Order: sequence, then structure tokens, then C-alpha cells
Amino acid sequence: MHRFANPARFLRLSAAVLPWSALAAAALIAAGLYFALFASPPDYQQGESVRIMYIHVPAAWMALFVYTVIAAASGVALVWKHPLAHVAAKAASPIGACFTFLALATGSLWGKPMWGTWWVWDARLTSVLILFFLYLGHMALMNAFEDSSRGERAAAVLALVGFVNVPIIHWSVNWWNTLHQPASIMRLGGPTIAPSMLLPLFLMALGFTAYFVALLILRMRAELVARKVRIARMARVHAPAEMLRPAPGGAA
Amino acid sequence: MRRFFLIVARELRIAFRQGGDASLAVGFFVLAAVLFPLGVGPEPNLLARIAGGVVFVTALLATMLSLERLFQADYEDGSLDLYALSPLPLEAVVLAKCGANWLLAGAPLLIAAPLLGILLHMDAHGLPTLIAAMLLATPTLSLVGAIGAALTIGARRGGVLLSLLVLPLYVPVLIFAVGAVDATLQDLSARPHLLALSGLLAAALPLAPFAAAGALRQALE
Amino acid sequence: METLSQFLAMGGYAVFVWPAYALAAVVMIGLLAQTVHALRARERDLAELGETRGKPARTER
Repeated sequence: MHRFANPARFLRLSAAVLPWSALAAAALIAAGLYFALFASPPDYQQGESVRIMYIHVPAAWMALFVYTVIAAASGVALVWKHPLAHVAAKAASPIGACFTFLALATGSLWGKPMWGTWWVWDARLTSVLILFFLYLGHMALMNAFEDSSRGERAAAVLALVGFVNVPIIHWSVNWWNTLHQPASIMRLGGPTIAPSMLLPLFLMALGFTAYFVALLILRMRAELVARKVRIARMARVHAPAEMLRPAPGGAA
Repeated sequence: MRRFFLIVARELRIAFRQGGDASLAVGFFVLAAVLFPLGVGPEPNLLARIAGGVVFVTALLATMLSLERLFQADYEDGSLDLYALSPLPLEAVVLAKCGANWLLAGAPLLIAAPLLGILLHMDAHGLPTLIAAMLLATPTLSLVGAIGAALTIGARRGGVLLSLLVLPLYVPVLIFAVGAVDATLQDLSARPHLLALSGLLAAALPLAPFAAAGALRQALE
Repeated sequence: METLSQFLAMGGYAVFVWPAYALAAVVMIGLLAQTVHALRARERDLAELGETRGKPARTER
């Protein structure tokens, strides 16, 4: 892990990984969409509306997965002070927030025809909504300080404190009487969904994961460049005025 | 142990001298709860149904208000640095400040809550559960809120940010507290809800000072 | 094989299914677009700062 502490090495490695994960994302999502929309059966109870599941469930899985990644990165950042861990947490947060929003919105669109209501305040929906607010708080805290490293460390603490919400979300449907259906995939007895539906589900889930990896790399790169820009701007402030004369025939 | 109580005493002295944020919190509590009958109409049955929820939501918001400047003043005048250097661990300092905050804000809320319950036409036999739930919930609110206060020292728009951070963490406390009162009003046992509240408090007592002290150390770096 | 109109109607659930997929597309593509845009903008900033800096910065007197 510490081999990747050097940003330059990370940039080289990520440049190699990025095209593959982007390609994998496109291919897996395309295949997933094909199976989700065309080559899978409608549910005998829910009809065609079950196709929303192929977006809703992978998005929800990603919402939890990304938060776990952020919590892990935050732990690494605070304990081992790995220089790229904060960058990873900062980059991942908006992606997780988007997936959480998608899970909530598509869930709502699925709930209206199936349950007759856009929303219900049961344990699962409420705890996912809390997860959404945790993401927003994490992003807000990151940007709330003049000294950006202070924001990163505060956000890392918040991410760890909020991690208690993740197992609550996962087990909420077992612990409480909820309208949201109980776990049908990750349970001890094995999945209770038909294989013809599991296939597009896993394709979409893997595709979303590859998408997350690609986007994470891009956002981490952007953050590292932003840091260089900040440092370069601060260096200009301290340089004597004559240094700031533009190069002959040059820009600005 | 002596140092711990010295810090509590210092907080109380400062609060009494300056008429601090905590007493304003109780004022807000009462005012906000009073707005509800004015807003939704005075019909007793409606008010009785929402009374438990209104009392706890306003108590929660009032606690958050009282916590905003829990560490801010000490951070600004350097006392926080001194606390960090003292032989008393920073976690104990946090616990002491939370204790003082509870005495100044939480305890008055405890007294005001049943009065507000009566104002909102809550059924009288729900009041003991209301007090018990407030007794268990308010220390947890102080402790968890201290984490948010420590994280947002010196932040831009710190007050609003504190609310955004702390409210998601307050939700379980709110759910169990209101659940306890509702259970009693429906002649069910409030025990599971009160036990859950105790569990949350038992978890917050060691963990919240730990997290808040960590956040304070980063603020002082 | 169902007809196109049957497919689009999604068994009567079209008004729920298609917005769900459309929302997912908008959000995920939108995030990608914003990310790439931000990356390019910052790389441009860095390039500009590199050009106008000229000689390496000296320490102040």
C-alpha cells in the first residue's frame, strides 16, 4: 500500500488501470442493460416493473460499498497517514452520494406501483436517507475550512463515526418490521431470486463497480492536479514581481 | 477526578456569569414547541397525537443550538490548547464539558418537557415515560453533538454545518425516544425502546469523547 | 417477440420504469461529464501557471 504513496507512481498505475476499468464498465453495463431490458423475464407478481430492480439494487449496493471504501480510506488516513487516502475519500464521496440518490429515487419509482406509495418511513428507507445526509455532510465538511487538510481530517472522523449506519442499513429489514422486502440475495440460505434475474443484476453491479473505479481514478487525478495548482499559485504569490511577467508571445 | 470536576465547575461558572447559550436553548425549546399549536390549530386530539414527536424534535434542536459554541470560545482564547496539554486526558475534558452542557441545557429541558407535554394535551399517563426517555436521550444528544461541535470548530458556517452533521446521528435517539412515549400511550410496554435508548447512551459514553477528542486534536494541529 | 410499442409500454409500468433508467443515465453520465470537465479545467490551469512562471521562483530578499 505504501508503494502507492508516491503520487507519481499512483498516476502511472492509474493511467494503466483507467482504460480497462472504463472499458469494463461500458461492456458490463451494456450487457447488463441488454439482459435487464430484453433477455430476462418479467416477474410473475410485479410484471415489467421488476426491471427497475436492475438499477435500484446495484445502486443501493454501490451506495454502501462506496461508503465502506470511504470509511476504510479514512481509517488508513488517520492511522497510517497515507497521503493518498484523503484524496481517495474526497474523490469517492460525490460518487457515493449519486448512487445513494439513485437508489432512493428508483426505489421510489418502484415503490409507487408496487406498494402504492412514493415513500414510507420504515427502517430501510430511513437509514438510507440518513446515509445520503452523511454523504452530504462529508462533502460539506471537506470544503468547510480555509485549511483544506483540516477539512480532510474532520471528514475522515465523520466518515468513521457514520460507518455505524452501514450495518444498520443492511440488517434493518431483518431487525424491524419493514415494508421494504427482506434480503433475498445475501442470505444464509442462498439467493431466492431466479438465475435469469440474477444475471443482469450481477452484470449491472459489476458494471457499476467498474464505473466507480474509473470515476474514482479520474477524480483523484483531478484532485492531485488541483493541489499542484494551489501550490503553484502560492509559489507565485511569494515570487518577486518580475517573475510574473508573461513569457514573450505567451499566454494570458 | 478532582480536575474533572474543576472543569465542570469552570464551565458552570462561565455560564452563570455570561448567561450562556444553554439557557437560551431552553427558551428556544419552549418557544418552538409553542409554535406548533399556533401552526396546526388547537384541536386537542391532533395535538395529543403529535405531542411526543414535537417535544423530542424541539428538544433535539435546542440541544444542537446549545452545543454550537461548546468548544469555540475555548479554541479562540487558547484554553483548548491548555486543556490538551493538561495531565487530564482530552477525552475526560470532553466528558466534563458534555456534563456541564447537560447540566445547563439538558436538565432544564427535562423539567420543561412534561410541562410542554401538558400544554400539548399529551395524555397524563405518558408523562413519566416522557421524562424517562428525555433523561436517557438528553445526555446522548449532548455527547453525540459534542462530536459535531469538535469537528466544526473554526469552520465556515459552522452552525449550519453542525446541524447537517449531527442530525443524521441523532435520528436513532429520536426514533426510540418517541417510540417509547407512543408505546406507553398505546398501552404497550415502553421497555424495549427505553432499553435501546440506554444502549445508545452506554455506547455514546465511551465512544463520543474518544471521537470528539480526536477531532479536537486535529483542530489544534 | 413483442412489438416495439409493447416493449415501450413495459406492461403498463412505463411511466415508472423509463424515468428510472433515464435518471440513472443522466446521473451517471452527468457525473462523468462533470469529472472530466473539472479534470481538464484544472490541467489547463496548471499548464497556464507553468508557462507564465518563467524562471524558477527565487527566495524573497
